[in-house]
Order: sequence, then structure tokens, then C-alpha cells
Amino acid sequence: MTDQATAHGVARQTPLRPPAGRLTVAGRLPRALHPGAWWLWALGLATAASHTTNPLPLALLVAAAALVVVRRRGDAPWAFAFRMYLILGAVIVAMRVVFRLVFGGGQGDHVLLHLPEIPLPAWAAGIRLFGPVAAEQLLGGFYDGLRLATMLICLGAANALANPKRLLKAVPAALYAISTAVVVALSVAPQLVESVLRVRRARRLRGATGNGLRALRGIALPVLADALDRSLALAAAMDSRGYGRTAAIPAGQRALTGGLVLAGLVGVCVGTYGLLDATVPSYLGLPMLIVGLATAVVGMLLAGRQVRRSRYRPDRWRITEVVVAGCGVATAVVMAVAGSVDPVRLYPPVSPLTWPELTPLMLLVVAVAVAPAWLAPPPTLADHRTPRPVLIPSDGTTRSSPKCDTSESEAQR
Amino acid sequence: MIDFSRVTVRYAETPEPMLRDVNLHIPEGELCLVAGRTGAGKSTLLRAINGLVPHFTGGTLHGTVTVQGRDTRSHPPRDLADVVGVVGQDPLAGFVTDTVEEELAYGMEQLALTAPVMRKRVEETLDLLGIAELRDRPLRTLSGGQQQRVAIGAVLTSHPQVLVLDEPTSALDPTAAEDVLAAVTRLVHDLGVTVVVAEHRLERVVQYADRLLYLPGDGTVIDGEPAVVLADIDLAPPLVDLGRAAGWTPLPLSVRDARRRAADLRQRLGDTPPPPAPPTPDAPPALTARDIVVRYPGTVAVAGVDLDLHPGRIVALMGRNGSGKSSLLWAVQGSGPRQGGTVTVTGPDGATDPKTLPAGRARQRVGLVPQTPGDLLYLETVEAECAQADRESDAPVGTCRALLDQLTAVLPDDQHPRDLSEGQRLALALAVQLTAAPPVVLLDEPTRGLDYHAKRQFTAIVRRLATEGRAVVVATHDVELVATLADRVVVMAQGEIVADGTTAEVMLASPAFAPQVAKVMAPQPWLTVDQVTAALAEAGTRG
Repeated sequence: MTDQATAHGVARQTPLRPPAGRLTVAGRLPRALHPGAWWLWALGLATAASHTTNPLPLALLVAAAALVVVRRRGDAPWAFAFRMYLILGAVIVAMRVVFRLVFGGGQGDHVLLHLPEIPLPAWAAGIRLFGPVAAEQLLGGFYDGLRLATMLICLGAANALANPKRLLKAVPAALYAISTAVVVALSVAPQLVESVLRVRRARRLRGATGNGLRALRGIALPVLADALDRSLALAAAMDSRGYGRTAAIPAGQRALTGGLVLAGLVGVCVGTYGLLDATVPSYLGLPMLIVGLATAVVGMLLAGRQVRRSRYRPDRWRITEVVVAGCGVATAVVMAVAGSVDPVRLYPPVSPLTWPELTPLMLLVVAVAVAPAWLAPPPTLADHRTPRPVLIPSDGTTRSSPKCDTSESEAQR
Repeated sequence: MIDFSRVTVRYAETPEPMLRDVNLHIPEGELCLVAGRTGAGKSTLLRAINGLVPHFTGGTLHGTVTVQGRDTRSHPPRDLADVVGVVGQDPLAGFVTDTVEEELAYGMEQLALTAPVMRKRVEETLDLLGIAELRDRPLRTLSGGQQQRVAIGAVLTSHPQVLVLDEPTSALDPTAAEDVLAAVTRLVHDLGVTVVVAEHRLERVVQYADRLLYLPGDGTVIDGEPAVVLADIDLAPPLVDLGRAAGWTPLPLSVRDARRRAADLRQRLGDTPPPPAPPTPDAPPALTARDIVVRYPGTVAVAGVDLDLHPGRIVALMGRNGSGKSSLLWAVQGSGPRQGGTVTVTGPDGATDPKTLPAGRARQRVGLVPQTPGDLLYLETVEAECAQADRESDAPVGTCRALLDQLTAVLPDDQHPRDLSEGQRLALALAVQLTAAPPVVLLDEPTRGLDYHAKRQFTAIVRRLATEGRAVVVATHDVELVATLADRVVVMAQGEIVADGTTAEVMLASPAFAPQVAKVMAPQPWLTVDQVTAALAEAGTRG
């Protein structure tokens, strides 16, 4: 069996398709991009989207994100969650429009239809229910909703392109304990659900009805006892596999690094908010973000120095990652430039009604945003990675256990 | 390699020490089998090797345990991770990450090995255990045998000199168990790893073992050659019993050994008529299932199965993990999903389908004890469980308690069900289900984690149920149990019945399902040691 497995292992390392020519750089081989690169790219797109209410660049940004997702996503379950984000985006737009319809709000000249207004008492002055519906008011709702939806869809694209768990693995060494806890929690959750289902089923065997406090107790007790047993087993396994071999860090140092990281992260949050919201003073924007980032990085470097563990096949930050992340940053920057050059085109007025217009800068924004669809390496797909093993009984007997295993696992899948 | 010197382990809650003054020396490269009844201290002994006892479990340990010169007193388990690898009974509970490759690397990451070393060792280990094609698979989607091999691989990547396995095959079907044991013996032979393994089903491992540690239960350890130790203890695999019956010394430990000596025995039994097949049932079936279909998203678990269960007969349901045994039992009982087919149970008020009845009435027709009997138990004491069972079944007060006392030695009223041993918990769950007096009883893998004694007791219980006129189905992987217990064997694969016949017919037809005695005595149709002893006695009286 081993010979076979070795041959198989070697076969995997050689590419299935011969390299397509002279310019086969490492960046073009199918591989998973560093999740951080995708997140930076998506955040750049979201930032750009937040700087405009013009539906034309917004729609183009959504299209760009969708194209990149379709071309560069893997075949893991989360990769297919993108559709959910699109649906959610549509719901957000619809909600905004419906809200404007119900609560009236903005007045306009182009009244489309008259709904009977519901009179409200005097203390609710300023709120209007129904009444005349103007095109301006609906359009305002639509623009607003579309901006929010676009930002959400951009983040959804990152979620579809990057394995959320690998992002957790990419956290700095200082946060290792936290990321381990999150990973364990993520894998325990489905087990808990399984336990609940199993115990509920078993209760039926005793003829117990499924309601009331008594039922809760009958389900919760075995499930909790189960979870407790399992977590003890996990803790024992982690301990005997060497988890926490270097835990002795002086308390003072731990407090210092923790404080630095925390302060830095607060700075990053404030800075990001300042950058996204045009109304806050400018010193809370980019400068705050940079100071916060620097503090956090120093704190994490300090903390990371104390952790003695290595990382298996870390996602490396290569030139392609820089390019993809750069595309995101460039998208945001160009959009900001476009905003300062021609703010009216980015926020087309709804009153009077005007057609939104595209400018060359906006087209440049979209072009930069969509570039990773070609610049990023193609994803690795399961079909390429796991060719069906050829099963030849190594000793000539008729026992075919590997075959059993495969068919079984297929059944479980 | 491993030294125990005057080791005594005592837990706070028990007055008697688990291990008493144990002295042991396990040299490098040995495969050492630990045997003993449930609760005799096997796990304590295993966990003392890497310091989980007492660093993790509590209790006090007197004396010293050293592994490769490291004293577990000053080295907690994490500091022994590069020397001792421990694999528990339920591999899934010990997995930290979620894909095979990451799990293999986890231990090395903790040891801060460099990236190239890790990469190389992961590839080697994948090949060594034959799991290369699983590398990207999520751990939860693997079958039991695959999970167990991944768990072994995950500790092997740290290159430990000692591998400690606590019942690695107890949840596996015979073929998967063989895969795991083959991998373990390879480690011993090719890499010189010292392996300490605890196992209830001695017949699976004893032939590979260099040494047997037997824990009689009083805290001592009997240490010696497997054949020598087995000669004196009452915990013995069928081959050893056969050897004793035939008067062979030394006792055979593998089918091969026994078969080479059995020529004479086969000749003595040559003209003895084989045991009679159980008579074909004439009573109408107690339960008739037709065309049962159970589907889960993406798979068909049971694909159109017909099943007749006759009163007073014991049917063994076999097949590898995931072949649809459990799904079939649950569908027949009516509590599980069933997408097609009919089930008819003849009861006092005519034939009905248990699925159409409310859960409380369905269990009076068909009783099912699930794979984890603990799921049925949720109260604090044995007494409360019994009282609750009486209430649920509208049975007179004390019914369940009386049943329980028939099934097992008296359990104290105030004991918590979680503190019972596996066998006792099974008995309690069975008593709870029997309180409703169902004519059909289904048992889903009841013998998991039972030692030979508990299994013998369980066999007697099931026989009694059958003589009371109940139809019994036992889903199990244990061929030796089936040989002694069942009248009829049904084998499932991929949701279909692939074999259905009397125990002798099915078990003698395929080597995968043949019990050890049958393998030794082939082509003669003997299945159990009892049959052989009876036939020998008969041959003796005639000769």
C-alpha cells in the first residue's frame, strides 16, 4: 500500500497539465492566495464604494467583485456563499426604498403616486406615514441602499475568495492562543448540534414528548455532559501533544504587550472610521490609522518573540499578494482623487433629477478593481488535487480495504 | 524505555488504589498489550506513561515513572510530547484542527520544528499510514478507521519513541481494525517504535504482542509472555479457549499457530456430525419490514431492504461502518427518518406501523437501545431513572428495577448513571426500554467497550430475551459475539442486504466474517469453542 501511496504522492507533485510555455512564473501556478491579500483588496473596494452614491460606478464595482469571485474562487463551501451576499445586497436596496416609501421623508416635485397619508398625533411631528411618493425620494433611497449593498458585497467577495480559517491561522503569533480558541470553538459548534439531534432522537425512544422545561432538562443534561467529556478529552490531547510548552512569560511583559496591541487596535478602528466618514476631522483619519497600526505591530512583534512555535505551510506574502492588495488600495485612492476632483459626479443630486454620469477616473477605478481576476493565480480545485487513487492490491490478496474506505467516505459526504 | 518503579496511583474518590506498587520495565521496540476488565486501571496505567496521570487527571502518584530518562514528576505531558505520543479511544474528540494535513502538523508546530522538516514529515507520515489521498479532507467526513489512522499519524509526526494507544479499534469494523493494527505493527517492525496498547478484544492484537500486561483489578500488574500470562487468566480470546479445550501447550495466539496444530483435532472430530442448524421458524414474524428506504441529503442510507423478525430468534446485523445498519434499525423502530416502505408489527390490537403511533406507544411495540446508551439516561440516580421508566410505560412501580436486577448485579440506587461502567449503563438503558415490554428489541452496537465478562453476561441477557419470545436484532462488528449468539446473520453493504442466512451459512462463507474457531477448523463447520468442546465430549464417549 505504501509503494502505491508514494507513487501517488509523487504523481501529485508533478503538474497534471504541462506548464503552458516559457512564462510560467510561480505566481501563475494554481495556488491559494494569502487571505490577507483578498481582504485588503475587498476593503479597498468597499472604501471606494463608500465614497460615492453614483449608481453607475457602484454597479460596476459589484460586477467587478463578482467577476473576480467567479474567476478566482475555490470549490470549498464558503466559496459559494457569495450568492447569499448578492441576495442580501438586493434585500438592503429594497428595504431602503420601501422605508422611503413608508416614511415619506424627502420631498420632491415629481410625484409618482399619492398614497393616503396616515395622520399621526402631534408628538410624532416630523414623521410622516405614506402620503405622496416622489421620484426623488425613492431615488435617494435607492442610491443610499446601493452604496451600503455594494460595501457588503465587496466584503462578501473576500469571504468567498479567502478561507476564513486560514485567515485565523495568519494572525500574528501573539494572538495564537485566541485563534486556537476560535478554531476549537468553530469545530465544536457542529458537534454540539450533532449531540442535540442525537439526544433528541434518543428521547423519542423513551416515549418522551419534546416540550417544556422537563424536555429541556432531558436534552441539555446529556448534551452538556457530553460536551464536558469531549472538552476534557480535547484538553488532554492538546496537552499531550505539546500545546503550551512555553507558557512562562512574566506578567509585566504580558501586560505591556497586551496594552500595546489593544491600544493599537483601538487606534486602527478610530482611524478606519475617520477615513470612511467624511465628516470627522481629518487628523482622525489616515494619521490615526497609521499610528494605531504601528502601535499594534510593535506590540505583536514583542509578544510574538516570546512564542516558540512554528507554522506549517504558512501562506507567504509574495509579489502577487502585493499586486492584489495594491489593486484594492489603488481603487480606494483613485476613487478618493475622483471625489476631490469632481464631487458632484460622485454624489449625483436627486433634486433636480439628473442622469448619473461616468467619468474616466471612475472607469479607471473599476479597471483597477477588476484586475485581480487576471492578475491573481487561478485557484486550486479539488479535482486537480485529488485524482482517484488507483487501487491495486499490493499483496495479491482480494482484501480491498482502501476501497471500502473510499466508498464509505463517499457515502458519508 | 519506560520504567515504573514502585508506582501507586490513588484517586481521591476511591479508597482502593488503582495501581498498587507496580514495577515495570518496557524495553525499546516492544509491542506491549495491556489487558484487564473494565475499570481495572488500564487507562490509568497508559496515562501514567506520559504524565496525564496525575498532572491532568488529579489523584496522587507515589513512586516514579520515567520515559527515556525523563521523570514524569518534573515533566508534564506537554514536555513529553516529543517522546510519547498518545492516541485516545475516540479520535474525533482529540482533533484540534479540521483537516488531515493540518492535524498532522499540529504537534510539530507546538515543538517549533522548522517548516521544511514539517513538510517532509507530513508527506512521510501520509505515506506510512496509507492516508495520502485523504490529505485535504475535513476530519469529520472521514470514516472511523481513517480517523483512527490520522490520529496515529498526528502523533507520529513528532517522532515519538513511544506510542500509547487506548483501545484504538473498539469502535471499528473488522476490516478497518485490521488496517489500523497493520499500521501499528508496521511501526513496531520498521521504525522500532515502542507501542503500548490497551484492547478489550484480545483476539485482534495478542498475536502481535511481545508482552502482555494483565491487570486483575486489585491494583497489581501481571507481566509476561502473552502465551504464559493467558494460560492462567479467565480473560481469554477464543483461540486460547480452543487451545485449552484441545490441551495444546504453549497456547496458540494466532490462527496460523492454531491451524498448524489442529490437524489432529480436525481428525478427531472428522466423523462427528456438525451442530444442527436452528430450526426454521414456523411462527408468523413479529415484525415485517418491506422496501425500507432511508435517504439523507446526498446519500441513500438504506436502499429498499426487506426484513422479517421472528419471535424467539436473534438476528445479527453486520456490515462495515456507514453501511446503513443504524439507519435501518431507527427506521424500523419508527423514530428515525423513513422515506419509503412499510413496517408492520403484530401487537395485541392488530398489526400496526410503529411510525404512525405516538412515541410512547411505538416503544411498546419496538424497543431500541441506541449506540450510546447514555443518551437515554438523563436523571441523577439509578433509582430516579427506574421510577421515570415505570411512569413512562404505565408499568407497576418497581418493574424497571426488577428487570435491572435480572440483567446485572445489583446497582446501588443512588449511583449516577454517568458513573456506571459501560456494561452497567447498557444494562440500565436496556432495562428502561424493556419496561415497556416490547415484543421486538433492537440493539445498536451494544458491545462497544465491553470486556469478555460483560460480553458473556450480555450474551446471557439476550438469550433470555429470546427465550421469553422476543425477536431480537443486534447490530455489531464483533464476529466472535455473533458466532456465539445469533441464529441468523444479515450483512449489509451500501444500504442493501448482501447476505442473509443462518449464522453458520453466512459466517463460514467468507473469511472476513469467520470467527477464529471457524478459521482454525475449516473446512469443518465449527463456529465456537463450546461447539467444539461438546463435540469432543461426544467423540470421547463414542470412542
